[in-house]
Amino acid sequence: MTLDLLRFTTAGSVDDGKSTLIGRLLYDTKQVFEDQLDHVAQASERRGGEGALDLALLTDGLRAEREQGITIDVAYRYFATLKRRFIIADCPGHQQYTRNMVTGASTADLSVILLDARKGVLEQSKRHAFISALLGIPHLVVAVNKMDLVDYSQERFDELVAEFEGFAAKLSTIGTGTGMRRDIAYIPMSALNGDNVVDRSDAMGWYEDPTHHPTLLELLEDVEVAYDHPYDRPARFPVQWVIRPAHGSDYRGYAGQMASGALRTGEEVVILPGGQRSTIAAIDTYDGELSEALAPMSVTVRLADDVDVSRGETICRPDEVPTVARELEADVCWMTDSPLRPGGRYLLKQTTSTVTAIVDTLQDQVDVHTLERAGVGGTSSELGLNDIGRVRLRTSAPLVFDPYDQNRRTGSFVLIDETTNNTVGAGMIAATA
Amino acid sequence: MSVVDRPQLSHLQALESEAIHVMREVAAEFERPVLLFSGGKDSIVLLRLAEKAFRPAPFPFPLMHVDTGHNFPEVIEYRDRRVAELGERLIVASVQESIDSGRVAEETGPRASRNRLQTVTLLDAIAEHSFDAAFGGARRDEERARAKERVMSFRDDFGQWDPKNQRPELWNLYNGRIRKGEHVRVFPLSNWTELDVWEYIDAERLEVPSIYFAHEREVFQRDGMLYAWRDGTELIEGESVFTETVRYRTVGDMSCTGGVRSEAATLREVVTEIAATRITERGETRADDRVSEAAMEDRKKAGYF
Ligand SMILES: Nc1nc2c(ncn2[C@@H]2O[C@H](COP(=O)(O)OP(=O)(O)O)[C@@H](O)[C@H]2O)c(=O)[nH]1
Repeated sequence: MTLDLLRFTTAGSVDDGKSTLIGRLLYDTKQVFEDQLDHVAQASERRGGEGALDLALLTDGLRAEREQGITIDVAYRYFATLKRRFIIADCPGHQQYTRNMVTGASTADLSVILLDARKGVLEQSKRHAFISALLGIPHLVVAVNKMDLVDYSQERFDELVAEFEGFAAKLSTIGTGTGMRRDIAYIPMSALNGDNVVDRSDAMGWYEDPTHHPTLLELLEDVEVAYDHPYDRPARFPVQWVIRPAHGSDYRGYAGQMASGALRTGEEVVILPGGQRSTIAAIDTYDGELSEALAPMSVTVRLADDVDVSRGETICRPDEVPTVARELEADVCWMTDSPLRPGGRYLLKQTTSTVTAIVDTLQDQVDVHTLERAGVGGTSSELGLNDIGRVRLRTSAPLVFDPYDQNRRTGSFVLIDETTNNTVGAGMIAATA
Repeated sequence: MSVVDRPQLSHLQALESEAIHVMREVAAEFERPVLLFSGGKDSIVLLRLAEKAFRPAPFPFPLMHVDTGHNFPEVIEYRDRRVAELGERLIVASVQESIDSGRVAEETGPRASRNRLQTVTLLDAIAEHSFDAAFGGARRDEERARAKERVMSFRDDFGQWDPKNQRPELWNLYNGRIRKGEHVRVFPLSNWTELDVWEYIDAERLEVPSIYFAHEREVFQRDGMLYAWRDGTELIEGESVFTETVRYRTVGDMSCTGGVRSEAATLREVVTEIAATRITERGETRADDRVSEAAMEDRKKAGYF
């Protein structure tokens, strides 16, 4: 499926130039409105910037951030070119905001990882790359920023590419989503001066071949987006809502959004976890009937037989069924102060079903500094705020799922604390033998 | 990249599908949702999305309008016609009644506005009807404080929003758990821009109130904006009433919604104008946001739309 909408995420260490980069993208694609620009000009002056427009100021939001001068939550930004619409999930980069990075990465198709050309591949860039990989983002772009401060040196750029490649090799072994097919592109740039962000740089003649050396915007405009191949993917249709007009009508439609793949009228289907079989009688939309539904369309499916289907069940094809189980293993990113421990009970929401889950064991934990997995027991037997670890869960009712690295929609879940009602964990289901 | 052999989905179709998904989640997980319908373009789009999400059945929620009593008559007329067409139920929560019953005090002076009073009327109505989820048409591109707003945004039992303590929102999994007295605001158009909204209205051939198109109106100029003059408006010294060809980009309260000079008389012309516009919608037309840099954030914390 081709889509003229790309969701991407950015994160970087403080001062790597993330805000400047986003400001530059918005500014050079002419997305900045006059009143916003006025605003920034005034704020730049107040901060004592000498006449220069501080593009970083285009992107700060809440008052707390204005006070502290840093981003503390995911902020969403929008811009468009003639080719595509873009949604940026702009995330803070500190370790203490790991959960925000996970949030921003969950819906992204591409991740821009910032490096400061002088400093090299620092821990935070690695962490962001790891989280991007763990969350199954198919495209990574390593933006080597501040090239103006290293004399636009190709040698320095090549050095950083080599260093990152060495680290990336390790990525593919460490988590649920990290083994997925992924491509990494490297772009030397200066967000401050605008080199290779939207416009090509005169200063880096060595990076000029337009097919292999795109500017950031060129890459963003051309990269393939998720849902690209619905025909190659198993059909998953989690039922959200049953449409039944009142007053004796016998219409009964199952409403939902295709999570992956394609379904066609006339096709035989199985409904899980119940296991009922039927045939698709019709695929309805407000705009008329369709012969097929493709992810990510929202449609209403009617079945030929009078089977009882309810919210939380998933319509699939019998020859490509997902896992149905009450036990699962998953990487969980913990998002609250009170830690996750074996024995803990939570609500688990996955596709359209919500069940109770009990933590059986904590298998291991990812050290977000070294990005190594370590067995638990010795040092800790719990996941604290921003920790990521492999957990075994049991659920009160069967779930219908795929491993996260095969399906981001049916392989993901959130954990909810029943006493505070807060979302406390994000889970990515692991492939188990 | 070859695209010929692959099905295409436009960004509008993708945004539409995402919004329908959100609406169905809310219908399934909440007991008493309500859709806030102002007659403005964003809520007009919400109504169409609700049709797409729930037809051929009736909507699983009523519509509600918070009526300041200072609305454009064209908008009220449109509102009633649209509701009748849909055959759905409309609740009108009236700011005038909140004033009459002493819940709020009318502001006075030439800059008086009922915009702030709406918050009380809205929260009272939510409590009175025990609504636990309210759909609104707000978008993240509208204003800086909204950029971090969740699609499903939690409000405590005072109706307050706490921007520092928002629930993480991942994938398309929305946590709709609340206690009695609390509610959520739901923004299915979070990821839409103003241009998307107009393009959608155009694509769906939706009717909008006539004030969105260029028309002649008696206006006066204040703080660089053109406000509609109506009986009883107090002018400040130096201001005068004159006739101008304007259109509106938002349909708030007459007392604080400014028009823009425009010749755009058709949907196509509006879309073209918006595509070329260099001033954001709120910066141009809403006096309520201009009061201070953090104006919107403060009102949102207190329970505003
Ligand atoms: N020389 C140079 N400075 C940059 C570049 N990009 C950003 N900066 C500066 O680095 C500092 C931090 O940038 P900012 O965008 O606020 O970083 P953030 O904390 O990652 O959002 C600011 O003083 C920027 O002007 C660049 O490409 N070259």
